[in-house]
Amino acid sequence: MTGRTLLFELLIPVLKIVAVILYPMVMVIIMIWMERRVVAFIQGRLGPNRVGFQGLLQPVADAMKLFFKEDIVPRQADAFLFNLSPVLVMASSLLAFCFLPLGESFMIGSYTLDLRVATSPVALLLVLGLSSIGVFGIIFGGWASNSKYPLMGALRSVVQILSYEIPIGLTALTVVFFSRSMDLVAIVNNQRDAKVWFGFLLPVSFVVFWISGIAETNRAPFDLPEAESELVAGYHTEYSGMKFAFFYIAEYAHMVLVSSLVVILFFGGWLPPFPNVKALAFLGRVPGFLWYLAKIMFFLYLYIWIRGTLPRYRFDALIRLVWKWLIPLAVLNFVIVALGWYLL
Amino acid sequence: MAFQEIELNMGPQHPSTHGVLRLKLTVDNEVVRAVEPVLGYLHRGMEKLWESLTYPQIVPLTDRLDYLAAVSNNLGYVLAVEKLMGLEVPKRARYIRVILAELQRLASHLAWVGFMANDIGAMTVLLYSFEDREDILDVFETYCGGRLTVHGIRIGGVPFDMDAGVAGMIRRVLDGLPKRIADIENLLDDNRIWLHRTRGVGVISAADAMDYGLTGPPLRATGVPWDIRKEIPYSSYEDFSFDVPVLAGGDVYDRYLVRMREMRQSAQIIRQALDGLPEGEFQAKVPRILKIPPGEVFHTIEAPKGELGFYVRSNGTDKPERVKMKSPSFINLQCLERMCKGNLFSDVVGILGSLDIVLGEIDK
Repeated sequence: MTGRTLLFELLIPVLKIVAVILYPMVMVIIMIWMERRVVAFIQGRLGPNRVGFQGLLQPVADAMKLFFKEDIVPRQADAFLFNLSPVLVMASSLLAFCFLPLGESFMIGSYTLDLRVATSPVALLLVLGLSSIGVFGIIFGGWASNSKYPLMGALRSVVQILSYEIPIGLTALTVVFFSRSMDLVAIVNNQRDAKVWFGFLLPVSFVVFWISGIAETNRAPFDLPEAESELVAGYHTEYSGMKFAFFYIAEYAHMVLVSSLVVILFFGGWLPPFPNVKALAFLGRVPGFLWYLAKIMFFLYLYIWIRGTLPRYRFDALIRLVWKWLIPLAVLNFVIVALGWYLL
Repeated sequence: MAFQEIELNMGPQHPSTHGVLRLKLTVDNEVVRAVEPVLGYLHRGMEKLWESLTYPQIVPLTDRLDYLAAVSNNLGYVLAVEKLMGLEVPKRARYIRVILAELQRLASHLAWVGFMANDIGAMTVLLYSFEDREDILDVFETYCGGRLTVHGIRIGGVPFDMDAGVAGMIRRVLDGLPKRIADIENLLDDNRIWLHRTRGVGVISAADAMDYGLTGPPLRATGVPWDIRKEIPYSSYEDFSFDVPVLAGGDVYDRYLVRMREMRQSAQIIRQALDGLPEGEFQAKVPRILKIPPGEVFHTIEAPKGELGFYVRSNGTDKPERVKMKSPSFINLQCLERMCKGNLFSDVVGILGSLDIVLGEIDK
């Protein structure tokens, strides 16, 4: 084996695997920091600003603290499932990142560097599927804790996530109509060729997808499974230390994932804005990766903004919203888009 | 699997039981079938303790009852003692008391709206309202040094005169208040989620409310215009013109609205009292060792949480023979089961929040 093949066949995949774990982690750290600071500013506070530059290392410090905490398995809990569930939750959101491209593939000499770990023609399907495996983690965790609050939290969570997956799937499909591919890179490239982002072509799809995305990540105003004022901490009430951190990190990773999906499906991924305006052509010189990150950050910011503003839905309203409004709307949207595609 | 009724313990360690209250809930899936409040986690034996203290020594202890409205407790007790003594309090002192009590009402309602909104998930309101409450606590601090446990009222009057500095501070707080209340109302009043969580939730009829002895804003939200400041004026409340906000819905939303409107009325009362502050003494002559001839008296005031009553019986010594307190939180908490039955589990926190209870007052 020559050094060259060793480099390309072994080293780069390994580096990619390291990157696919580090990238969500770094995003999670930034997101946790951003959430605390932004919510603090919304509320007229300062938020953490002591550890590192502007408190940027606060999440790291918190993770260190959790890492050194005692690992408690409640006596009445089912130890195997109890330990398995944080792993499942974490693994499912990290796995989904394998299929997320960070940008277009480019050439280094004769080698094509693909900015994703795994290439698949049905990447979209896989991302959606993998991210919902986390539901098992949640229900196992709630059940295995053998305690009432986690159980109720887990039940709520599962109903919520399963319900909101339907509109997500239906609206993601409308994008596939236009892109004719479930490959995430192809979807972005399609938007480049069409010179319009799908979010503007399919506004209803985008809105339904985004609302469902917030609900699927159990975030305010749909944060019922862990409604602090009712269910203490929901399905992870009995967890402590690193296992709790796993749930926490997985939740934030999931938010990054949903934001990335929204950006890729509806807002042109790493494409610069205004490709048609000649005067703004210089925007195209900014590396695509930065556009991509900026757009993800925008949606992460929306998450925080919503959390800082709205009260929490009640469970019946939450389910009514999805079954009576979002799903019919998504179906109608799906039919209209399909008809439009067929007739045009 | 059929989901059978389960018993769920809420508290005494729970994020939203407003202290160390324990609720034994019987839940059928998410529907509440029964609620049983279990009290006593904060019992300090106050009423018994008071029997071994002199009359003035009791005043600072009343701060610890409803610790979000210390001045109101002071006022309730002190008025009862003064009534027992037959003491005439100077008008200036009465006005200062009104100013302090209404400031305290503002502080209490602001804390309440924050907690209540936080229970329903709108956490930003808590921080906004606490910012305003902080200004009011600063006024108390400037006036007498205390912030939470103020000890701002003494038997026979008030400890300090209201000077121009404090008065100016109060005016500044009042000037800023309408905008801040409007900020909170903008976040909540027409918010669909908020309306859904509060409207038609925890309804109690006027008749039921009267039967349970519900008082304060929750009673006025059922359509009963009962405010002791109007009905049996004390401490010169008859001098001020203010409205008693009354709504007929009897649900959480109306309780919220009544309190928000009351805040504006309180601000109005404080302004009137500051403008019309009479000259004169701020403290009546009270003997250093206060001995009250045998007798008994019951006096109620309109505290922020509801009707606060003190029963005081004297036996001629410098210590009361018996002091019994009728605390509004305790009485109002009784209605919880009536309000919660048949509602969803999520609403229990909202309903509990809307009652505005303080455990220091319930457990005494």
